[in-house]
Amino acid sequence: MLSRVAENIYWMARYMERAEDTARLVNVTTHLVLDLPKKVSFDWETLVDITGYSEIFRERYETADDRNLVRFLVGDALNPGSVIGSLDNARENARTIRDIIPREAWEQINNLHLKCKGNLQSGLSRRGRYDYLRWTILGVQTITGMLAGTMTHDAGYDFLRMGRNLERADMTTRIIDVRSVNLLAEKSVDLVPFENIQWMSVLKSLTGYQMYRRAMQVRVRRPDVLKFLFQDRRFPRSLYHCLREVENCLQDLPHNDAPLRQVTQMQRMVFDAKPGRLDQVELHQFIDDLQAQLAGVHDQIAATYFGVAVPAAT
Amino acid sequence: MTIRWKEYPTQGLYDELMRGGGRPRDAARFLCQYLKRLSDDEIQARKAAAELAIRVMGITFTVYSQQGGSIDRAWPFDIIPRIIPRMEWERIEAGLQQRVQALNMFIDDIYHEQRIVNDGVFPAEILAGSKNFREQCVGISPTLGIWAHICGSDLVRDKKGAVYVLEDNLRVPSGVSYMLENRQVMKRVFPELFQEASILPVDDYPSQLYDCLAAISPRPLAQPEVVVLTPGIYNSAYFEHSYLAQQMGAELVEGRDLEVGDDDCVYMRAVEGLIRVDVIYRRIDDMFIDPEAFDPDSILGVPGLMRAWKKGNVALANAPGAGVADDKVVYAFVPAMIRYYLDQDPILPNVETYLCADKKQRDHVLANLDKLVVKPANESGGYGMLIGPQASRDEREKFAKLIRKDPRNYIAQPLLTLSTAPTMVGDHVEPRHLDLRPFILSGQKTYVTTGGLTRVALKKGSTVVNSSQGGGSKDTWIVDSEGA
Repeated sequence: MLSRVAENIYWMARYMERAEDTARLVNVTTHLVLDLPKKVSFDWETLVDITGYSEIFRERYETADDRNLVRFLVGDALNPGSVIGSLDNARENARTIRDIIPREAWEQINNLHLKCKGNLQSGLSRRGRYDYLRWTILGVQTITGMLAGTMTHDAGYDFLRMGRNLERADMTTRIIDVRSVNLLAEKSVDLVPFENIQWMSVLKSLTGYQMYRRAMQVRVRRPDVLKFLFQDRRFPRSLYHCLREVENCLQDLPHNDAPLRQVTQMQRMVFDAKPGRLDQVELHQFIDDLQAQLAGVHDQIAATYFGVAVPAAT
Repeated sequence: MTIRWKEYPTQGLYDELMRGGGRPRDAARFLCQYLKRLSDDEIQARKAAAELAIRVMGITFTVYSQQGGSIDRAWPFDIIPRIIPRMEWERIEAGLQQRVQALNMFIDDIYHEQRIVNDGVFPAEILAGSKNFREQCVGISPTLGIWAHICGSDLVRDKKGAVYVLEDNLRVPSGVSYMLENRQVMKRVFPELFQEASILPVDDYPSQLYDCLAAISPRPLAQPEVVVLTPGIYNSAYFEHSYLAQQMGAELVEGRDLEVGDDDCVYMRAVEGLIRVDVIYRRIDDMFIDPEAFDPDSILGVPGLMRAWKKGNVALANAPGAGVADDKVVYAFVPAMIRYYLDQDPILPNVETYLCADKKQRDHVLANLDKLVVKPANESGGYGMLIGPQASRDEREKFAKLIRKDPRNYIAQPLLTLSTAPTMVGDHVEPRHLDLRPFILSGQKTYVTTGGLTRVALKKGSTVVNSSQGGGSKDTWIVDSEGA
């Protein structure tokens, strides 16, 4: 497998995952806002903070109102973290490797991209938003399933899974980070019933609510939610699980020493942590460290497999 | 309104499907009857289905635009196919094989003894003025003596229906993927017609191409490493490069993926490490394939590639230097080449061509600029031409100057009125001009595609079929009407 091709597959998968994750995030938030008491003014800007593109947002928009923020997160092609921007990039990467991925999958990627572009106006409207985002998620899931069912599970597929899982891990940590801090800024007694909703929305952003209930069989409480999202072995969006996936992929690949070392080290860090006991500030610091580690895993993979200096094949 | 063939104007030209007076040609009868039975809604539905298939399948060509960088645009396609009876096609096929065989012998001769020049059949001064002659290729003997493994020849018909060769593309001819995709689209849109009639399949081109390429591998392996070398996603034919790589199961590589080792072998950079490459189907022009040998500023190529090729460590298709025969002046000598190398009469005629390099012919051209089409020797894509009858006085004078300044670089041909075929225009059919580009593979045997890519000028009255200039395409059906 060509190094350049491996890199394109990896990024295609990352962008597909990013499109899905952003769509979920916006959808769940839209619902959450409807449930909040009228006097709590919801800060949409935290959503942009989650994606890490606040700077681009401030450059491009004057006011941080609901309308602009949804436009930025869903339909702004100049935001590489938006649904459309991610799909643009996913498609562009897929286009350069259409000889590698199964033709049906390429058609599906191309089609999803066209559909999302074509229906953008309704996606931005309050009424059309839910459906638009729902079938975007469904579209990405279809592609994921198609690739699982039709693409040979060779090195290329390993790069695909690594891209997807690193992006997922990244998004999971971002969502926990921002959601656990900002949602209900003022602590007052009459907001207590809504704290539950806050943690439920964190789970729902990661489609983890139902699975959490099955796995933990307890009420939705901060320590349990954090334990579930960081350390659950089987939930596909938990950080630990994502790292295990990356590890499995690396096992199959040649020259894997350095990236493997990085990823197992990070696994230990996640596994040994007691996230439920961390207070807000400590949790934030912990997540910062995790983000740095994730970037490290990416760097190791890029240096080993996408770099120009390649050892001779044996 | 449904299609009323009686109202279809053939305008005294040769039409591929209709004889005039609403009567279809024999091979097209089943199609015309079928289309007539469709209601307007049904036809529009088929058209929409084809457009959808093209968009979903992602059949595109890339156009550079100043606002958005480069964009890929859906491939313009007409749902009414062009039909050629099998008997007629077999003659054309034989003519193309003959022609390409002679062209390959010519190229090989030019880079060796130059017998054809010494025997006075091909003028030395024309060779001296050739832009595509490559000094670096002299004395090289590619496997099987073949230089142009893939050739795309453009065929046209005149008013009376006779078939002529308009040009031979021996450098990096493109379009074959659209031929294959057009058929896929038509099968999705008109499945019943394929059941009803015997339309010959086109799908084996990729495997023929693979065999042709694998046969020239320097290492005698069962599965040599064959790659397609593309300039990248911004090239207008990128879709095709990736399509052919996919269909052949070959790696699609860019120059930056390859390197030439100290052993003068070519390697690709892979996740596993460096992998040796045996055959490169290169879709990059000669001048850009190797910055060491040609254009030093090229970032598309691979430094040292020519060195590896000359040592016989890698095969290149088409071979560098093959373009020496892809020149509109050299074209004029192809019938002579066929007689000289093969001792046969040409099966397919050339379009009558005046060489401006020859004084007598040049005087004729200059005196008749208002009747002729003038073409530069080495342009492609329909650029830099003068269409005399449609040109202004100023333009004709400009060309007269150009010709006098550099006569070797110009030829002239009579303005052919290309044949037409019924084409959907809104909700009805109108005649539109078209040509045909079959592809010829040369290896141990010569293979010709079944039909080829039919390109159609979508603008009324226009004869410019290039996709970059408003052309579209049609599926081409070779029909076995004897059996029907």
